[in-house]
Amino acid sequence: MSDRNDHRTTEGAGRVSTEKSTATASDAAGAEAPLLELRDLHVFYGAIEALKGINLSVRTGEVVALLGANGAGKSTTLQTASGMIAPRQGGVLLHGERVDGIASHELVRFGIGHVPEGRRVFARMSVLENLHMGAYRFKRPDPRDLERVFHLFPRLAERRKQVAGTLSGGEQQMLAIGRALMGKPELLLLDEPSMGLAPLIVQQIFDILKEINEQGTTLLLVEQNASRALQLANRGYVLETGEMVMEGPAGELLADPRIRAAYLGEHVEAEHS
Amino acid sequence: MTLFDFWDVLVLGVVLGSLYAVIAIGYTLVYGVLQLLNFAHSEVFMTGGFGGVIALTLVVPVASPSLAQSAGYVVLGICTGALLGATVAFFLEKVAYRPLRRRNAPRLVFLITAIGASFFLYNLAGKLFGRNAMPMPRMYENRTVFTIFDTTINITQLLIVGSGVLMLLIVDHVVNRTKLGSGIRAVAQDPEVASLMGVNIDKVVSRTFVLGGLMGGAAGFLFGTTNQVFYTMGFLPGITAFAAAVLGGIGNVRGAMLGGMTLGIVEAFTVDVFGDAWRYVGAFGALVLVLMFRPTGILGERVARTA
Repeated sequence: MSDRNDHRTTEGAGRVSTEKSTATASDAAGAEAPLLELRDLHVFYGAIEALKGINLSVRTGEVVALLGANGAGKSTTLQTASGMIAPRQGGVLLHGERVDGIASHELVRFGIGHVPEGRRVFARMSVLENLHMGAYRFKRPDPRDLERVFHLFPRLAERRKQVAGTLSGGEQQMLAIGRALMGKPELLLLDEPSMGLAPLIVQQIFDILKEINEQGTTLLLVEQNASRALQLANRGYVLETGEMVMEGPAGELLADPRIRAAYLGEHVEAEHS
Repeated sequence: MTLFDFWDVLVLGVVLGSLYAVIAIGYTLVYGVLQLLNFAHSEVFMTGGFGGVIALTLVVPVASPSLAQSAGYVVLGICTGALLGATVAFFLEKVAYRPLRRRNAPRLVFLITAIGASFFLYNLAGKLFGRNAMPMPRMYENRTVFTIFDTTINITQLLIVGSGVLMLLIVDHVVNRTKLGSGIRAVAQDPEVASLMGVNIDKVVSRTFVLGGLMGGAAGFLFGTTNQVFYTMGFLPGITAFAAAVLGGIGNVRGAMLGGMTLGIVEAFTVDVFGDAWRYVGAFGALVLVLMFRPTGILGERVARTA
């Protein structure tokens, strides 16, 4: 393995980079280490290689967007980061420490919150019970967290007794995010929070995500809605069939003709490779 | 059928129904967390019966026990039955089912394993304790406690219904009001997301088996107080309780209670009206009838799991 490339050069140089940055196992720890780092991650479903050696890092306080078409491996990336899937090769590092191989129910204690694709609230539990489940790792839920969630999502406060399965899609998404916040995550992984929601609701959710980030939670956001995701994000990555094909500051990705053509549905006269 | 008969038969049905309800809890809890029809649960019940009888045989109850002594015997029997049942259920999960889960075995493999475990356990019991029925040592004189609508209620009936209802209240509290309970319900609804919330699935599954085993084992002992215990005693009550769990809506704890009580009462009336040969025809006929109109059982609801 080569020495670690400083990701900031990528950002500083202001170019869209396709290079892969790998790192030695020894340069762990220290304040320099990103909050989350995926190194040369290879993930298989049986014989199919879903992730072909991807690298990704998220620094404390950032919002990072992970873009890509259906089946590119975005959800797999998040699931590997939260311990639901074990990589065959490569590492998942939190603050420079290897955590791959740790089961998801234990990884929660390291401050990872995962809002899964399709929201997946506990349909037969009430809103309040769902939120309490989010704080399962604690002896009891912190009332301040509950207050925070109800402040962010007043709708949930109104419906706290309602069975979650009867909520609207947008409310379920709010509940899924609120539930993850109850676990006091340092890093929130969000898998397609805008999926199947009306534009107005999507706007609301993204506003709240922004607020959550400003309150100090780092976000890694998987989205099909590339323009919205890049407007919120500091940096972005683009995944194509298991390989990271682009990374860079969000503003530049947003301006990149290839991105505009592929993910924003624009017809641009571009050097389409 | 006279009114006198009605109350008499109803009491018999409620006694039987409490037992079915308590056993059915074990089926429904395990089905909830693993979607597994744990046919070996009838053997957990059987082991509980043997546990109680053997513990009592060892302490040799005195000929005419005082009230305190009688109570002591009963508590000893219930606790030994429950503990032995829980132990068998615990190891059953660890030895038979957990390796299958590790390997993501298909559902059919679980089912065959459950049936195999059931055969193994009752034949093991037959080998260890003999194939003849063991009588329950006399713990108290089974006299009438009170009379209602000209129907006498004796100690054994009161004991079964009383402890049955107590156990149902406890299990309902555990499932709906405790942390273990929210873990159980979360795993039943979405194990993957439950583990993202920090729920240790293995631990929850193991404790679910123990909870069901405690109930099943205690029920085995209670069943023994009306009868004897023998190595195949789990089969028919087990199947009936399983049917009760399905009738109430499998996976639903209160449904299992309701289903157990319903089948107990239906069975008692069928026997009274048509004779003992029809015993299970009534109960299973009721099951078929209910499932024709409500395929998910009485309280079985399927709130769609979104996307």
